[in-house]
Amino acid sequence: MIKVEDLSVNYGAVRALREVDFDAPTGQITAVLGANGAGKTTLLRTISGLVKPQRGGVHLDETNLVGMATENIARLGVGHVPEGRGVIEELTVEENLRLGALSAKVNLADGLNEQYERFPILGERRKRHCSTLSGGERQMLAMARALIARPRVLLLDEPSLGLAPQVTAQLMRTIRELCETDDLTVLLVEQNAKSALRIAHRAVVLHLGSVVANGDAQGVADDDDLRRYYLGVVVS
Amino acid sequence: MHNIFGGLATGVIYSLVALSLVIIWQSTHVLNFAQGAMAMFATYIGMTEIDRGIGYWWCVIISVVVGMALGGLTERVLIRPLYGKPEINPIVVMVGFLGVLEALAAAIWTSTTRNITEPFSQIYYQDHGHLVFLSAFIVFQILLAIGIMLLVAALFRFTKLGLQLRASALAPEVSRLLGIRVGRMLTIGWMLSAGVGAIAAVIVASGNFGLFPTDMDGIFVAGFIAAAVGGLESPIGAVAGGLLIGLAEQFILAYWSPNVAPLGGIIILVLALMIRPQGLFSKSVSRRV
Repeated sequence: MIKVEDLSVNYGAVRALREVDFDAPTGQITAVLGANGAGKTTLLRTISGLVKPQRGGVHLDETNLVGMATENIARLGVGHVPEGRGVIEELTVEENLRLGALSAKVNLADGLNEQYERFPILGERRKRHCSTLSGGERQMLAMARALIARPRVLLLDEPSLGLAPQVTAQLMRTIRELCETDDLTVLLVEQNAKSALRIAHRAVVLHLGSVVANGDAQGVADDDDLRRYYLGVVVS
Repeated sequence: MHNIFGGLATGVIYSLVALSLVIIWQSTHVLNFAQGAMAMFATYIGMTEIDRGIGYWWCVIISVVVGMALGGLTERVLIRPLYGKPEINPIVVMVGFLGVLEALAAAIWTSTTRNITEPFSQIYYQDHGHLVFLSAFIVFQILLAIGIMLLVAALFRFTKLGLQLRASALAPEVSRLLGIRVGRMLTIGWMLSAGVGAIAAVIVASGNFGLFPTDMDGIFVAGFIAAAVGGLESPIGAVAGGLLIGLAEQFILAYWSPNVAPLGGIIILVLALMIRPQGLFSKSVSRRV
């Protein structure tokens, strides 16, 4: 479980996160929603140790992650798929996957096979440079690279960005399956509130760095005011 | 034939310097202008041990180890504070460091040339009925450079360490998110590079050139051109570039004038930049710098 407590982050004079407080339970998907600039990406980057908060804590079970180096947080089992996917273009598909497996105590061959089974297209392109992959393929590779390390927590930053609707739907199904089979804790940052809420168990809505709603995904989805004011979803 | 051997012998030295630049570039994306001076300094420390009656090969090993330590230390102390700053900063610092090292070497060991005896005797072979003398050291240095090149290429391509070194240079933040200890990789990259550079400097000092504080300056420039010609991302390209420049210089020297020999490198650089500006052996398209 990820427990975010009273977390505040400033970029100079700009407040990116203000006293953010919520739990992301184990084995569940917690959607983090909100408009551009709400602080969603900053939240994930703070959990990963890329951004140092001014106040507050992030707990992975009993461990406080604040103050730890990013690479050590990753080694604790926090997989972070950054915005724009973070696939290393100059390397091949397989090299990217090998990098993902390095810090984890998994057998490389087994890990690769497992990911190629899950994403067959990656198996077909294993020797290809990532610069030749399509957006959807890159997203799959980024996911596979995070999953090969068998993480306990998966932080996904806008996985649907720039993807065709069918690809997004398939991706969301995969995330949900993983969560159930591997008992993963997932934090799913999305601008596309509709597709995120469809698979999420819980939802946190951020607005200008503050939590404006936190609860059951269904409850958030049913709240017309929330949807209208913060999520930009047309109320039908 | 004689010219080819001579050209290759100079070429492999350029190749090693180019290779050391490629290693630093591949693992940290910094161009190290003090590479030659660092190698010279390490050679001085290693080779003064000869005066104490220690064997040649031990001194070579000392030079390489000192070179690696100096490389690691330089990264930690001089380069680390500059990450995230404009790319010109490490260049300026390393040019300054070059001056400091050369001045320091002159102050400690004076600037007179020291000759270090080659560890091999002359061998000879027959060429069209003529006896041609050839230093076994030249053969050795050519084989050594090829061996080191293959090792470095294999390291980057096939090993976990090489993959982590490349990833750390290409995408430091993503690498950290994958649990790679990027800081450690950067230090290792500098150590490897400085070690290869030290081997080049030892060869230079052991040949006709001798050892003096600025002995690596011209060689660094040629090695730099070789790396640019070969493409900064390709160890094989660096070595090929070095050999090409060595041969070009040797033939200009033999058939034209020794004074214009350094032109060889410039001519090849201009030609290479006209034909394939990203480097003859570089796979990637243009780099955003």
